[in-house]
Amino acid sequence: MNEQYNHPEMQTAENLVYKRTDLLVDRPLSYCPGCGHGTAHRMLMEVIEELNAQDNTIGVSPVGCSVLAYDFLNIDMLGAAHGRAPALATAIKRMWPERYVFTYQGDGDLAAIGTAETIHACNRGENITIIFINNGIYGMTGGQMAPTTLPGMRSSTSPYGRDTHIMGHPLRITELIAQLPGTYYVTRQSVHTPGNVRKTKKAIRKAFDIQAAKKGLSFIEIVSNCNSGWKMTPVQSNKWMEENMFPYYPLGDIKVDGALIEKKAPAPEKE
Amino acid sequence: MGELRLMKGNEAVAEAAIRAGCDGYFGYPITPQSEVMEYLMAQKPYETTGMVVLQAESETASINMLYGGAGTGKMVMTSSSSPGISLMQEGISYMAGAELPALIVNVVRGGPGLGTIQPSQADYFQAVKGGGHGDYKMIVLAPASVQEMSDFVKTGFDLAFKYRTPVMILSDGAIGQMMEKVELFDPIPRRTEAQLIEQCPWAATGKPKTRDHIIITSLDLDPAGQERVNLKLQAKYRTIEQNEVQYEEIACEDAEYVFVAFGLSARICQKSIQLAREKGIKVGLFRPITLFPFPEKEIRQLSKKVKGMLVVEMNAGQMIEDVKLAIGCDLKIEHFGRFGGIIPAPDEVVKALEQKLIGG
Repeated sequence: MNEQYNHPEMQTAENLVYKRTDLLVDRPLSYCPGCGHGTAHRMLMEVIEELNAQDNTIGVSPVGCSVLAYDFLNIDMLGAAHGRAPALATAIKRMWPERYVFTYQGDGDLAAIGTAETIHACNRGENITIIFINNGIYGMTGGQMAPTTLPGMRSSTSPYGRDTHIMGHPLRITELIAQLPGTYYVTRQSVHTPGNVRKTKKAIRKAFDIQAAKKGLSFIEIVSNCNSGWKMTPVQSNKWMEENMFPYYPLGDIKVDGALIEKKAPAPEKE
Repeated sequence: MGELRLMKGNEAVAEAAIRAGCDGYFGYPITPQSEVMEYLMAQKPYETTGMVVLQAESETASINMLYGGAGTGKMVMTSSSSPGISLMQEGISYMAGAELPALIVNVVRGGPGLGTIQPSQADYFQAVKGGGHGDYKMIVLAPASVQEMSDFVKTGFDLAFKYRTPVMILSDGAIGQMMEKVELFDPIPRRTEAQLIEQCPWAATGKPKTRDHIIITSLDLDPAGQERVNLKLQAKYRTIEQNEVQYEEIACEDAEYVFVAFGLSARICQKSIQLAREKGIKVGLFRPITLFPFPEKEIRQLSKKVKGMLVVEMNAGQMIEDVKLAIGCDLKIEHFGRFGGIIPAPDEVVKALEQKLIGG
């Protein structure tokens, strides 16, 4: 298979249209095939490469599927305890104000166990970037219900579907933190189509530029699929995401330049 | 001679942090130690030395802020009291696992639970035996005066960076609140970023082209790898036990009996020695200054010369276990404790000595 593509004589500068960024470590990702994490990692590292900021960036990884993100991102990283990444990033940025500092967190990490750290880092207006991957499930521990699991959605701890009367409601934490005066740029994106990938990269670049300008906290939610946890094929999961996740978690900017974007209320819960 | 001041123990900790060249303090208010952050906020060191002072939303957040700062090589500290220190056990365990230097001050109050705001020594086990999950230790320093509250901040940071480990100052509500004369050490300038990067090549400071990326973590999913991590930690603790024991002996030369006490209890025992000797009882004091590493050899040596030991603690009997482990069964060792925030009076201690050891 490899031989078919291995033609060194063709790999010349004028033929080079795409190259994996050197800021991704050359090793197999630990994510399931079809998962959005790998693309999100690549967009993040491409932005850091464009900014020539490998030596000027410190990242914080979470507990969850992306617990090993530090193995793939070729920059200095700290692995936080579950939910505490914004606390680590707060201290790092305050003591290294010239460094780019970001956290990369999932929905269980950021919106359940780390809710206090998330809200208070946002409310203090820490000059950092938070990348929030929302796939509506605890992926790494085997598909349990997350704070973001949709009503009626099945998981290993809501095997008959999430009953909001018993299990509470899915948390739109991104809309919640957008209300805080400390947040400067809040957006919700996805990486399931080439067009969306490009928009996500633009959002990450914008967030890093905001850090450089010391304007405050940027929060980028990436609604993502979890084909393993949702028990679907990657294609099915992306379709399901469009049909079910996006109505409840609508894509687009929520707050730009410190001002909320006026838009119609997102869809109510489906029981 | 350094600058002399009359200060509370809590204020001495805060002043010493600024003078030690600390880069960041992160804390959350709790009685009886809130003066630490109050003093720092009033002094505004961020305008002079550049030290960051930040009030966090919880002790969970403040200890994880320490983890973040320490992982980048910065000299960071927090202070709290017992219930807050319980919340910090998660972060302390992670820092021990990731081998990060940090200073944690526990101005102990009575427990369990919300307990009381009065002084206690009931957090000995939590401080000395690990406290959080996993096999780890931290160096524990027990000050018995406001002077030592100041001095141990510097000692604590030195040890934390020497061994890349969290260090705890285990104080109590009385030492934190009482005012005494302190001789302050001369200010040490904060390290520049270049000095930090040179001194802490292990720290995540931003990856230059010249080295591999640095990962600060306590995670190793490979059991063989995690066992290696543990063996390395244990080897470090054995080195600390070899090199860093500190203790004090008072009036032990001719002593037939010995009080064993740390921190505030040791201060009380000094008066008890005086009262007992007026009655003709030859008693001395053995004061462990480092609770981990515990002065095992030294107390075993002393035990050979005396008839009995009374371990005096403001708890139900915690350090006595380490005394007995060090000495074995050859000597009569009794415990006297008051707890729940009660501070024993010196004559109570003498009475306990007479009843439990001499008369018994």
